[in-house]
Parts: sequence; structure tokens; C-alpha cells
Amino acid sequence: MSKTKFILGCFDDPDNMMQGITNLQKNSVPIYDVYTPMPIHGIEAKMGVKDSRLGYAAFCFGCLGATVIFSIVYYTLVHDWPQNIGGKPSFAIPDFVPFTFEWTILFTAFGMTITFFAATHLFPGRAPRVMDLRATDDRFIIAVDAKGNIPHDDITNLLKEAGAVEVKHNERKYVSYE
Amino acid sequence: MAHHHESIIREPLMTGKDMTYARITNEILLPVENKPNKAWWIGFIVSALGAMLWVVSISLTFWYGLGEWGLNKTVGWAWDITGFVWWVGIGHAGTLISAVLLIFGQNWRNSINRSAEAMTIFAVICAATYIVAHMGRPWLAYFTLPLPNQYGSLWVNWNSALMMDVFAISTYFSVSLLFWYTGLLPDIASIRDRAKGLRRRIYSILSFGWTGSLKTWQRFETVSLILAGISTPLVLSVHTIVSFDFATSLEPGWHTTIFPPYFVAGAIFSGFAMVQTLLLVTRKVLGLENYITMFHIESMNKIIMLTGSIVGVAYITEFFIAWYSQVEYEQYAFINRATGPYWWAYWSMMSCNVISPQLFWSSKLRRSIPFSWALSIVVNIGMWFERFVIIVTSLHRDYIPSSWAMFYPTWVDVGVFIGSIGLFFTLFLLFIRVLPSVAIAEVKLLLKTASEQAKMKLIKEGHLEPAEVQYYKESLTKYDSVDMADYEKV
Repeated sequence: MSKTKFILGCFDDPDNMMQGITNLQKNSVPIYDVYTPMPIHGIEAKMGVKDSRLGYAAFCFGCLGATVIFSIVYYTLVHDWPQNIGGKPSFAIPDFVPFTFEWTILFTAFGMTITFFAATHLFPGRAPRVMDLRATDDRFIIAVDAKGNIPHDDITNLLKEAGAVEVKHNERKYVSYE
Repeated sequence: MAHHHESIIREPLMTGKDMTYARITNEILLPVENKPNKAWWIGFIVSALGAMLWVVSISLTFWYGLGEWGLNKTVGWAWDITGFVWWVGIGHAGTLISAVLLIFGQNWRNSINRSAEAMTIFAVICAATYIVAHMGRPWLAYFTLPLPNQYGSLWVNWNSALMMDVFAISTYFSVSLLFWYTGLLPDIASIRDRAKGLRRRIYSILSFGWTGSLKTWQRFETVSLILAGISTPLVLSVHTIVSFDFATSLEPGWHTTIFPPYFVAGAIFSGFAMVQTLLLVTRKVLGLENYITMFHIESMNKIIMLTGSIVGVAYITEFFIAWYSQVEYEQYAFINRATGPYWWAYWSMMSCNVISPQLFWSSKLRRSIPFSWALSIVVNIGMWFERFVIIVTSLHRDYIPSSWAMFYPTWVDVGVFIGSIGLFFTLFLLFIRVLPSVAIAEVKLLLKTASEQAKMKLIKEGHLEPAEVQYYKESLTKYDSVDMADYEKV
């Protein structure tokens, strides 16, 4: 029984990495994840990753922000302490516009970004789960779960054929940090 | 997937031979991973002395009150609001580069957005300190928030443009900070994975555990695009609202409907000038010539020329409308600006902002680094005078001639202003030491598409129109980071 936990195909070129994904997919080898130093365009479609739904979250937070500040301004300016300023109406909608606009933006930005951090498990101090330290530098990594995916040599060959500069058989899932 | 090859007639956004992903990381992280050089120390010490002056001047203002400034009963706003509007305006270029250019798919933003966004944040910090300082009693700054209180509750005045300003500036600062920091995460992870010991632990905390996995990048790009989409109207709203501070008043010279677009154009104008001031030096000192190329410098100069012209049209329109309105007070305010005791401020503004950017019609001047740098300083001086002219010359002669006055700054006024510049540069210099001044991940995207190297490969492969290749080669001659000898044989 091999002790290998993860097989990493390390590429120095994103196009070769995409070829590596094709090779694995043709041979029905499931891919655990892909780690890259920059976003790779077109990879989501290839890997069958669904569109992000963060846009919906952003919209909802925007609506929330607009409602919250509109309610605050309405309560204070119209309901709780209406003032007679030259006989003009207290409920002067143009004055509501800048505040409503600013808080729509504020809530959209923070709501969406915090949702992104929560969904992706990003927060200050989180121990980075890094499989290869060069994945944030100059290596494009395809990670394959070794368990159940055998024989390992065939996977190695598929990755090598695509142009992997190195194929690692790691016994630990994450190389970073205790 | 094949990378989309960019048309050969487009100028490269990254130059240099034998560029690799590793080399990009190494070169950009050089100042972060090594001890600073002499130029940095000299700059830092000078800036820190300026920041010290700021601390002293602001402390005196807080301790003794606004009497430390040269304000009088007629001129109740002077260098404080001038400085505030100046700094907020400077901040606008960062958001413009990071958000507006992203929406329009202008990839040349990739190499300058990081430092421009940092500049935005530091400029807005300087602007916000003016707001707090000019309140006189900064410990009562919370009065601007709609908090329940024992006076009724007597709420804040939502009808006031100053209140709108509080919301606009605070939203702008926090959203810019969020946008900047989210964009930094992948690059902080790059530093983390190369560092050892304590450095690794610090950058590990700061990196939020970034791994660069597929789903992370996908969400990251969605977030960046939406943040850009909402920051674009935000940045326009901020200076629009800043202009409301004046435009919603009944003061001749301020009561002008043209102010919002005119202020926004002026903000972008001064902001790009400040980006130019900072980046032309940063580029040289940090050796970033391959990333911040002549194309970037020239593009920014074109924006300076365009927005400078818009500002010029606005100045002339103001004059025309004052005459056309037939309101004698309005007319006097403008005649007084140009020919009254502050004529020198008005004509400094006119020559720095309207005449000098027109020199950029010359491609030779647009591509000259010393000239661009000098002109960026001239523009920033001009934009400071613009705000001074709008504020002080409109106020100093009001409806009652017996109350007419001049404004004379005290040394504390000068100290707060010079000091805020020191503070700004101190923050910027610290930034380039601890965080990557160019967005590493975004620049890596250019390597296989828009780099000189990728285009050289295309030329060597053949299959291109010879006329287009010739056009491309000619466009390279303006770059100071391209060796034209390489193109003689191909």
C-alpha cells in the first residue's frame, strides 16, 4: 500500500496545465483542485465549476443598505423630529438620495466581500492550506487525490505528457505549517 | 485553451527579455524582501520630518483651537478645506485606475493599480484629518453621526451637504480600503510562501490563508468586478458631493451647477498627476521599468491632458455664466478672482492647470520622463490654487465692503499642509517596503498575452502582416526599456 496522499502535477506554463487537465479528464481521473499564482481564464468551464453566486449576495446587501439608511433618515427627519424649514416638506426625497446611494454601495461592498471570505474560509490568522509553496509564485499545480486513483504511475505519465516539469507524490496533504 | 493573442499593433504592456513568472515575483518583491537602499532612507527621513511637523501643527490646533490658524470672520474656510478638497481629489485617480479601467478592460491598469490605490487610501487619510481638524473640537466629531442624544433627540441635519460629505468620504475610504486589501491577498500569500520565521507568521496572518485554489480565484474575480462596478459610481459621487459643499450654498462664486462634473474632472486631473509624481520615482528607484513602461506614462499624460482641458472649459464656462446671469454679485466674484488682490492665485491656477497640460499635445514632451515629472508637480500646484481660489477669493469680499478681508496663513496653517504631504509620503514609502507595489498576480496575466516577449515570439513565428510588424516596431522606439537592436534581425 502506497503512502502517497496527493499527486501534484507542477507546471510552469498555464497552457500546459490546461492540457494536463484535459489528459486527466479524458482518462476519468478526478481532479481534487487546481492552485495557480494568477486567475486562469476559461478554467471554470473546463472543470465544470458553476458560476459564482456572489452577485446575488451583493444585490441583496445593496438592497439592505438602501433600506437601512432610508429608514434611519425617514425616522429622524420626517417622523421623530420634523422641522419647519421655510415651510418646505420634511419628506424631501432629493436629500435622501446621497445617503441612500452611499450606504447601498457600502453594504454591497462589505456584505459581498465578507460573504466571499466566509464561503472561501478566508480570515486573518487562518493557517494556509498550501500543497506546494511555489503555487503562489511560478508553478501551476494540479492536485489529484491519490486514494482510489490508481495506478499512480499512469497519472504521473498523463501529467508528464502534458508538460509537467515535476510530478510530486506527497505523503502529506499540506506542506505548509503545522 | 489557447491564450488570446493580442493584436500585434498594440504596444506591449510589459517589456524585458527572458521574463518568467518567477522573475516577475522576484523583481516585484525585491524591495519587500531586502533591506532598503539609501534613496529610500533619505526619502523616508525627509517625509518623516514632514509628518512630525504635521503632528506638531495638528497638536497645537487641537490644544489651542482654531485660533492657531489664520482664519477670520470673513474668511472662515481657507487652507483647511483647500487641503481637504485637494487630497480627496488626488485620491480619485487610484479608484479610477482600479475600477473604471477594469470595467473598460484597460489592461495597462494592471501594473499601476496597486500603488495608485494605496495612494488613494493615504490621500483620503490626509483629507479626513483636515475634516476632523477643522471641526475645532475633534472630540465632538461623533456629532456628525445620527446617534440618539439628550437634546431631544435632536438629530443630524440630513439636509446639509456637509452631512452628505461625512457619508460619502467614510464610504469612499472604507470601500477603497476593502478593494485594495482584497486585491492584495494573493500577493501577500506570495510573500508568505517565500518567507521564513516571524516574517512568514506575520504575512500568514495578513494573507487570510489564501491558497489560490480554483474556486478562490473564481470568487475573487467576481468580487473584484463587482467592487469595480460599484466603485465607479462611488468615486463620481464622492467629488460630486464634495462640490455640493459649495454648490448648494448661495455664495457668489460657489453657487454653480457646473461644480459636480468640474470637480470630478479636476479630481482625476490632480490624481493622475500625483500618480505620475510617485510612479516616475518609484519606477526608477525600485527598478520597475519593465512593468511601468513608457506606454503607461504616456497614457497617463494623455488623461492629464484631457482632464486638464475639461477643467479649462469649466473655468471659462464659469466666467461666461457669471456674465450671462446678469447678477452683479456673481459677476463681481469672478472679476475679483481674476483682477482683485488674489489675481496671482487665479493666474497661477490658469497657467498651471489650463495652459501647461496643453504642452502634452507634443509626443516628445509626453514621452519625456523629466518633463512629465515636472509637469505633474506643476499640475498639483495648480490644483491646490484652484481650490484656494474657489474658497478664499469667493469669501474674502462678501456683501458688506466694511467686512472685506484678506487671508494670511499662520505657520500652523503651513505646517498642517506641508505636514500632510510628509504624512502622505511617509505612508507611501512604508507601503512600498512592506507590500508589493505592483499587483504581482495581475501582471503575470500579461506575460503570455501583452508582453514584449510574447509579441516577439509572434513576430518570429511569422504569419503576421509585415506592415503591422513594422508599425509595431516603430511604436517600440519610444520605450526606454526596449533594446531596439533586438529587432534589427527579426
